Amino acid sequence: MSLKRIIVAGFGGQGVLLIGQMIAYAAMYGGKEVTWMPTYGPEMRGGTANCTVCVSDDPIASPVVAECDVLVAMNGPSLEKFGPMLAPGGDLYINTTVIKEKVDRDDVNVYYVDTTGIAEEVVGNGKTGNMVMLGAVLRKSDVVDIAMMDQVLEYKMTGKKAALIPANKKALTAWEQE
Amino acid sequence: MGEKKLMKGNEAFALAAIKAGCRFYFGYPITPQNEIPEYMSRELAKAGGAFIQAESELASINMAYGAAAAGGRVLISSSSPGIALMQEGFSDLAVIQAPVVAINVMRSGPGIGGIQPAQADYFQVTRGGGNGDYHVIVYAPKSIQEAVEMIYKSFDIADEYRNPVMIAVDGMLGQMMEPVVIPEAIPAMEEDEIGKYKPWALTGHKNKREHNTINSVFLQQEVLEDFNLNVLAPKYQKAEAELSEAECIDLEGAEVVFVAYGSTSRVVLEAMGMLREQGIRTGLIRPKTLWPFPYKVFDNIDPATKHVVSVELSMGQMIQDVKLAVNGRFPVGLINRVGGILLSPVEIAEKTKHLLEVK
Amino acid sequence: MKTVFEWTKGMLDTESHYCPGCTHGIAHRLIMEVLEERGDLGNTIGVTPVGCSIIGHKYMNVDAIEASHGRAPAVASGIKRVHPDSLVFTYQGDGDLASIGTGELIHVAERGENICTFFINNAIYGMTGGQMAPTTLLGQKTTTCVDGRTVKQSGSPLRICEMIETIDGAVYVERVSLHDPAGVRAAKKAIERAFKVQELGLGYAFVELLSTCPTNWGMTPVQSLEWVKTNMIPYYPVKQFKCPEEVK
Repeated sequence: MSLKRIIVAGFGGQGVLLIGQMIAYAAMYGGKEVTWMPTYGPEMRGGTANCTVCVSDDPIASPVVAECDVLVAMNGPSLEKFGPMLAPGGDLYINTTVIKEKVDRDDVNVYYVDTTGIAEEVVGNGKTGNMVMLGAVLRKSDVVDIAMMDQVLEYKMTGKKAALIPANKKALTAWEQE
Repeated sequence: MGEKKLMKGNEAFALAAIKAGCRFYFGYPITPQNEIPEYMSRELAKAGGAFIQAESELASINMAYGAAAAGGRVLISSSSPGIALMQEGFSDLAVIQAPVVAINVMRSGPGIGGIQPAQADYFQVTRGGGNGDYHVIVYAPKSIQEAVEMIYKSFDIADEYRNPVMIAVDGMLGQMMEPVVIPEAIPAMEEDEIGKYKPWALTGHKNKREHNTINSVFLQQEVLEDFNLNVLAPKYQKAEAELSEAECIDLEGAEVVFVAYGSTSRVVLEAMGMLREQGIRTGLIRPKTLWPFPYKVFDNIDPATKHVVSVELSMGQMIQDVKLAVNGRFPVGLINRVGGILLSPVEIAEKTKHLLEVK
Repeated sequence: MKTVFEWTKGMLDTESHYCPGCTHGIAHRLIMEVLEERGDLGNTIGVTPVGCSIIGHKYMNVDAIEASHGRAPAVASGIKRVHPDSLVFTYQGDGDLASIGTGELIHVAERGENICTFFINNAIYGMTGGQMAPTTLLGQKTTTCVDGRTVKQSGSPLRICEMIETIDGAVYVERVSLHDPAGVRAAKKAIERAFKVQELGLGYAFVELLSTCPTNWGMTPVQSLEWVKTNMIPYYPVKQFKCPEEVK
């Protein structure tokens, strides 16, 4: 597999950094090269958060990218800021819980995911919205094998959090493309 | 070897230090290295060590000075402006021959500058800002894994040479996550073993030996000259002969040889692939030590090479060592970005082609 | 015949570099006597920073390290972490402690580091040749205030004990004076208490010793002792500011 560059962006608290980390863990468990890079410093203060994940079979030159193949936009400002970086032919995931407008671009694949709505209705846990989004990305974009997520969830969710594993697994497959 | 973990650079550096037997850490908050003191504050006591959040970088390096003189295995960390504040301390550590490992997670300058990644501390870490004739041994890893391995090695080198050793990374390596394998742990030295392995250390003389005194002041010029020429100079000569390290890639038949260290060298490697596809053969010299600089490997550059290019995130600092190393045999160019902006592979490839054309 | 005074094993048999009439020698001897009497010479580490006393360790029979200007409390904090059961002390002058080293001083007290500081206050920079210190008295002439210190030019002298007293981590704070035999005896008691505080792990112990600098004051040794009494003590009162019950 050649290099896949994924940007996940949104408000702090939407689980943006976690989505990126889960992808990174899955890539590592799948034997891939991977880097995960957050923004840091004052940018974090404004309440926005984003991270870049690079996955490849070859060593990764830079965890910072000028262009991406997958963009997960969890809110409007993120779509505005990172939309132009999405390469033609790339995959664009829109969190419709927050972003109400349709995307006016026909050179990319657009997927609309009502993260919180699906998390509440299908999973029965509104907090799993980020996992609903992650599930959509894993099933539609050829980044990492979704089967790796079992291992990742077991690693990341230990102790009290282990009880949340079934809900998170359910969330990963909750979204259906319209 | 342990299992592969996905870790943030700064946390992996801190963990590596603890696993390498470090039990004393003194730090002060500065971005982008804050995860190091944060990690140490949580984990060092569990390993039986001690953490102090110092009142300044000046204090933290002086705490390290005391702890190292007392025989402890010591780590400090900071980022560029904080390292600047510590420079007096590095000179002091060198003169008392204290083994201390320092991590510099570099950001852009001058002044308070910015907090994004940069390599503009090359002069600061290799030439030193402290007074007098001294050197700090400086490693420049390209990945979190290599940084971890160099941290292990640095503690031993610091002890062997009785000299401060620095790991110079940029903010990118500090902040990013990568898979990493932490090597097997090295047991920490017990307090009552210090006198045996470090007979010069301050342990209290226990009425069994003469008092140890550790000196920074030499008021008689003959004594200081003797110390500099007969203690420090041979040590630095030995370091130059034995410690300089570089990775050389595809030097044979290369039209252009890049010289790049740390994270920048990774971007250069990708640019080399792009240039190869366009029929331009390039090679890379990647210094793994910035001091001592690996001057000798430059003798391996193919005589047919047209250009040597220093690629760095500074206004052109390492290029001075590159010029010394090639000693006029090849024209030396510079490809750089500054202020916290990173180079992209495309930019390096384009600028390289431009260099070849204007020649 | 009864022996009333002996050379302490804490002091090495070396000629000192201190000027005639300087009270550094007394301060050194008192600290070393206390350590000898405690049986702790082999279990003590001293820190002597920049100032006339930077090579004070040459005369003291304990392990010791020189520190750069002002940094002794930080250095001592590092040493204490490695050897928590050793006695660690800093021996600092007024330029070092009250000027360039105030940051380290305040925070060693803030952390309540379990070490002792012996602060030699002679109201002047000695080693560099008699410049104004933060503790130089108003009207006192130095090479950087040749007509005498004025409030307008340099403000008023710093009272360090009074400042340290306000910090919770400093549990023992006392000012003594070395200008007469009674003062010297009181100083020894204060040094004893300071080490006791450290032994018991109670926190930071700070002893200020009012001292002389006949050379830079331009006085005879006797005049300088008198000057401490008539000029320094009125501004820097000899007093126990803080003392834990355990060592009273």
